Amino acid sequence: MAVAAEAVVEAQLIEHRRGFAKRWYRTPSFVAGVTILGLIVLAAIAAPLITTHGPTSQDLLNTLQGPSGKHWLGTDDLGRDVWSRLVYGARTDLKVAFLAVLFPFTIGTLIGLVAGYYGGWVDTITNWLVNVVVAFPFYVLIIALVFALGSGTRNIYIAITIVGWVSYARIIRGEVLVAKRRDYVLAAKSGGLSDARIIFRHLLPNVVTQAIVFACSDIVLDILAIVTLGYLGLGVQPPNPDWGRMIADGQTFLTTHWELSTVPGIAVVVTALGLSLLADGLADLLRPE
Amino acid sequence: MNLGGYVLRRLLQLVPITLGVTILVFFLIHLVPGDPAATILGNQATPARIALLHHQWGLDRPIWVQYGKFMGRVVHGNLGDSLFYGVSSGHLVLQRLPVTLWLIGFGTLLSVLIAVPLAAIAATNRDRIPDHVVRAVPLVGLGFPPFWVGIVLLLVFGLHVGRAFPVGGYGNGFVGHLHSMFLPALTVAFGIAPILIRSLRASLLEVLESEYVTTARAKGLPESRVLVRHALRNAVVSTVTVLGVNIGYLVGGTLVIEQVYALPGIGQLMINSIFQRDFPVVQAVTLVFSIMVVLVYLLSDVVHALLDPRVRFD
Repeated sequence: MAVAAEAVVEAQLIEHRRGFAKRWYRTPSFVAGVTILGLIVLAAIAAPLITTHGPTSQDLLNTLQGPSGKHWLGTDDLGRDVWSRLVYGARTDLKVAFLAVLFPFTIGTLIGLVAGYYGGWVDTITNWLVNVVVAFPFYVLIIALVFALGSGTRNIYIAITIVGWVSYARIIRGEVLVAKRRDYVLAAKSGGLSDARIIFRHLLPNVVTQAIVFACSDIVLDILAIVTLGYLGLGVQPPNPDWGRMIADGQTFLTTHWELSTVPGIAVVVTALGLSLLADGLADLLRPE
Repeated sequence: MNLGGYVLRRLLQLVPITLGVTILVFFLIHLVPGDPAATILGNQATPARIALLHHQWGLDRPIWVQYGKFMGRVVHGNLGDSLFYGVSSGHLVLQRLPVTLWLIGFGTLLSVLIAVPLAAIAATNRDRIPDHVVRAVPLVGLGFPPFWVGIVLLLVFGLHVGRAFPVGGYGNGFVGHLHSMFLPALTVAFGIAPILIRSLRASLLEVLESEYVTTARAKGLPESRVLVRHALRNAVVSTVTVLGVNIGYLVGGTLVIEQVYALPGIGQLMINSIFQRDFPVVQAVTLVFSIMVVLVYLLSDVVHALLDPRVRFD
């Protein structure tokens, strides 16, 4: 009985994957998102090959230069090459954003699974915690946490995890509440499978889709948060290149060198657009027909 | 159930949440690595000052006693003295609160003024070019870092295009505030309008297909009246909820926007206090911000109940 239930789940999953393979290239937003993001990730990986200068090497004799053959996007107030900093900035910010979404995704999913499956006091406490965290404005809590913990990448992960897990827990909990009344779960239960096996083998593959889709749009929020922290001087610490810090540094020269602040901002917007398109496409593709 | 009873029930539900908020704000100090008093005082740490802080915050007592002390102070409106200014943090917050409230109110108003017409255009032209254009707005708009939008608006409208708006400050008098706060409020609106457009368009589409809209059209009412009186009024209900749910994001965004435009609100107070390592003020602002959000949740529930009497009976 239990084995049969597992076979059904397996079959559904394969069906899902086949559908995905058949349809992904016919979903324009997915293709556009993958293309934009792919190019940015590729540039970030190939940073040493496509940049002309080190991201932190200063040239104090050539500060605030306009674009030229030597410096494609000009130089900043310390004579650093803007193009090189932009590309290396993609490396920093993308890496931090991807890792920053991984922890809340994992922790939130686990908590949501347990709260939804067992209900009772576990669920009550989870709900209370979720409501408490949600009562804080996103940026206020992140900034307060980074202040208390100290700036730096590790503490950004911790702060984003403390704030971010609630969305995943809420999504997964809702899905589990519906799914646990379905036949395949009831069958697995009456087959005498352990709770752990039911949760991870049967429930998880069926409820995780929504969390994955949300994670894609959550990365957009995280990138914005990381860049914002950088702008406020609380994020990735100098001399590591970061788009937020670049925007902040350029703001001083807004009247004379407006491009110093606008170019890194455009990089953020394009990256976020790629991720949003990807999330939209994924939502379309993974939606059960 | 009457409205008063509903509001009372919602208020009671908010009590445990507010209690949780105070616990989290209280625990902020225990997240500080090492000895919080020494870390917070930084290079101004003398044994005497450290001992004073330990005593003030009761750091040498058991944790529940500390929380009890903290709550005792909070319910009396005493959020601790600022380490930098030497006056009560509550006083500092109250002084700057009007600026932030102005920014939030004005920003919300502008976002509604942007979102409602755009959503109406999209919904009435479903799957045609205007709809596609409007649907692209949330997709692109949500990826704009709020502070960067602020800088670009400053660059365009503050420094060029006739220097129509001041580049910073709060202005004097109602008209002065309106003028000075326009760009900051527009920046706030940019952050929240995409979310509103998305939800309002979706609910408008749903409402436009309902039977009472067909009835209204069959009665021969002009399309504009059908849209405004019948469709929008009902579609707006869910949007109020969406606005309420996202108010946390909106309120948090003001923190950074105040920084860009040098507005003397509580967001700027928080950032400045962070760099002055003024822990009590950071704690106070965090608490006030979250209580503001909790109150907005309540407000949006009440507005929802007023617009849609059914929710009172759930």
